[in-house]
Amino acid sequence: MTTSLRQLALAAATTFALIGATGAQELKVGLSAEPSSIDPHYHNLSPNNMLSEHVFEGLVNQDKMQALEPGLAESWKAIDDTTWEFKLRRGVKFFDGSDFTADDVIATFKRLPAVPRSPSSFAPFIAGLTTEKVDSHTVRIKTAAPAPLVPTNLSTFGIVSKACAETMSTEDFNALKCQGGTGPFRYTEFKPGDRVVMERNNTYWGRKPDWEKVSFRFLTAAPTRVAAMLAGDVDVIEGVPPSDMARLKANANLSVVEELSNRVIYFHMDHFRETSPFITAKDGSPIKNPLRDVRVRQALSMAINRPAIVERIMEGAAVPAEQVLPASFFGTSKTLKPTAFDLAGARKLLADAGYPNGFKLKMHGPNGRYTNDTKIIEAVAQMFTRLGIDTELETIPPANFFTRASQGANGEPEFSFILVGWGAGTGETSGSLLALLGTVDRAKGSGGANRGRYSNKVFDDKLAEALRTVDDARRAVLLAEVSEIGMKDVGIIPSHYQTNVWASKKGIKVTARADEYTLAMGISR
Amino acid sequence: MLAFILRRLGQAMLVIGAMVVIVFFGVNVIGDPVYMLISPEMDQNAVEATKVALGLDKPIWEQFIYFVTGAVQGDLGRSFVHGEPAIKLILSRMPATMELALVALLMAVVIGLPLGVYAGLKPESRLAKAIMAISILGFSLPTFWVGLMLIMFFSVMLGWLPATGRGDVVRVLGIETSLLSWQGWTFIALPALNLALLKISLVIRLARAGTREAALMDYVKFARAKGLAQSRIVGVHIMKNIMIPIVTVLGLEFGSLVAFSVVTETIFAWPGMGKLLLEAIQRLDRPVIVAYVMVVVVLFVVINLVVDVLYSILDPRVRLTEAKA
Repeated sequence: MTTSLRQLALAAATTFALIGATGAQELKVGLSAEPSSIDPHYHNLSPNNMLSEHVFEGLVNQDKMQALEPGLAESWKAIDDTTWEFKLRRGVKFFDGSDFTADDVIATFKRLPAVPRSPSSFAPFIAGLTTEKVDSHTVRIKTAAPAPLVPTNLSTFGIVSKACAETMSTEDFNALKCQGGTGPFRYTEFKPGDRVVMERNNTYWGRKPDWEKVSFRFLTAAPTRVAAMLAGDVDVIEGVPPSDMARLKANANLSVVEELSNRVIYFHMDHFRETSPFITAKDGSPIKNPLRDVRVRQALSMAINRPAIVERIMEGAAVPAEQVLPASFFGTSKTLKPTAFDLAGARKLLADAGYPNGFKLKMHGPNGRYTNDTKIIEAVAQMFTRLGIDTELETIPPANFFTRASQGANGEPEFSFILVGWGAGTGETSGSLLALLGTVDRAKGSGGANRGRYSNKVFDDKLAEALRTVDDARRAVLLAEVSEIGMKDVGIIPSHYQTNVWASKKGIKVTARADEYTLAMGISR
Repeated sequence: MLAFILRRLGQAMLVIGAMVVIVFFGVNVIGDPVYMLISPEMDQNAVEATKVALGLDKPIWEQFIYFVTGAVQGDLGRSFVHGEPAIKLILSRMPATMELALVALLMAVVIGLPLGVYAGLKPESRLAKAIMAISILGFSLPTFWVGLMLIMFFSVMLGWLPATGRGDVVRVLGIETSLLSWQGWTFIALPALNLALLKISLVIRLARAGTREAALMDYVKFARAKGLAQSRIVGVHIMKNIMIPIVTVLGLEFGSLVAFSVVTETIFAWPGMGKLLLEAIQRLDRPVIVAYVMVVVVLFVVINLVVDVLYSILDPRVRLTEAKA
């Protein structure tokens, strides 16, 4: 109900002009999520990482489509299969005036695994790496095995000065005591629950941003964010809800920009149990787990009307998905296409697999974790019912859902068929493929989010080969092949990629990014 | 009086103890906070590492003993999410919520009381009927919707007041407040009104009922016969007698204003502790939830005490002794 009322209110509001532009050099941004801290190494969480990028630069940066570009490292190359050499940028100074050198990089590496009570440590990104200082502006990184992802992994965290790395606690960072950043901005205020304020670093080595001061306000409720935009409280908002998009676009005082995201919404199914807990025959009697038959999985995928989900439920803020990342990203297959909606074909496949009358299935999903998640799962349940599968659904608060979907009562994934989402923070496919479809193996670190326990030796071997291949072009080919193996075997059923949407006052230009980050450096006048 | 207060405090300790046990184990049943905290890209090894870092690898009873040991020494644990002491997080957000609740309470009295008394004195007048009709709306409209409408009307359409946030605050005796600047008041006006709406309606109804009853009492008739001015009759004789139920209810409602300002704080992005609680629940940040519950219980106990003391001031017949039952 609130949604329709909000729409009504917005409709009324858009007919009124916005009040004037804000002060000349100050940018006000409304964020959709709040950081847990402004210590750059405390919590690997996207709002934290996003704000941190303004202040603590990484050796390697990700551009708007998450391709790698030089940051504090001017260049890097693999000297041999297990050694990477990073040439550091000269003449870069920290806010406190000290020079940026190899010692700061090494001190940062030491700090990553040593941050106390880190809810999600950055340590896994540098696990197994040893650093070696060649000279003041050259660092060599050695790996135990060939590790092509080193530059990618180094793009996930920022470098702090040696002084900060060795003496500052998370609380010190939160209290703005650290002057050991090199970024285009520095923090001037951090008020949990309210805002983060930054000012321009006038001695920045790179292109100076357009704004003297930027305040990021935490407007976590979507209607609030939209209202703040309409009322002129903020200049830019991120995370525009799909239901408000059309109206904001129609408003002459606002601009809206979109970019395909690295987040895929997909279905994971039970691949590992002989009988699955939430699947029975239509009369309720137990049956063998039909999801282990690839024809059944294929039929389910064909029964999903992706264009309908994209247009009706996501109101255009999504694109039908065919694999784990959109084809524009590194390591994706260029030949895969989204499975076409084909009910007759799906029925035939189901009959071929021995289920002419279908079966009974209960789907599970989180409510409120992904955009319109509950509506999507309801729609898909209806689509399956049309296919002849009696589908029930249950949506569960995320806090409870992810625990049960990962480790239920007996330590195994509890559900038979779930809706989940996955954002590829690294901007390439290997991480997604390994986590979602790799055979679960703690020692190898594979299958970390494989909540269906999919396991395919051909897939695993090929992926392992790709992960050993340092040559980028060769690796891209291999990863594309791995994607094709996984998708043709329907290890997961991809539904759609979300679109990231920003709104801004007319005249303020926002660079739309695939990683959902709102960077003040990318906002211009 | 001292015995009375001591007994109250004893009861409060019992309530706090019970609440802590329920919340501590209850949150644990909902789910594992690790999955809400860790980056989903991390593998099982990283999950285990986080559990160890936060002490979640220990059996729940051991975690509880650890918590109680710390709590006795005044340490309520650190937030899983923010890594800072839970009580520090709550106390740093408390002034914002308190001032919001106070202003809302003030509005309830300043707006609700005169309207209610008027409606009680002239129950048949058109204005009185209009007041009562509006008070029904105040009761029945959902806070969430009213909040958005207030923003749409006053901020988006008229552009008079800012839509969200708290603006710049002034620091007095180490406490941040927005009540000392004009700009601060423009920020607090809408959220406070939103929060107060239900209470205004409540006060109107209580004041009207009380006034209607008191107006027919002998002492009012006598005062009128004696030729006292209407203003004195209403302002002193009636007012004094209708205040007891209002004070009681407002006292209790103040507690609920503070504890449950969650919705208003979320809509107006007001950086108070209600928003903190909401986020803590979503992320299963147990130390913050437990500490919050403890703070709120203490708050309710204190408010009840204050209400009891106010009683004895308002009505000399009331003595601060509890029945031995």
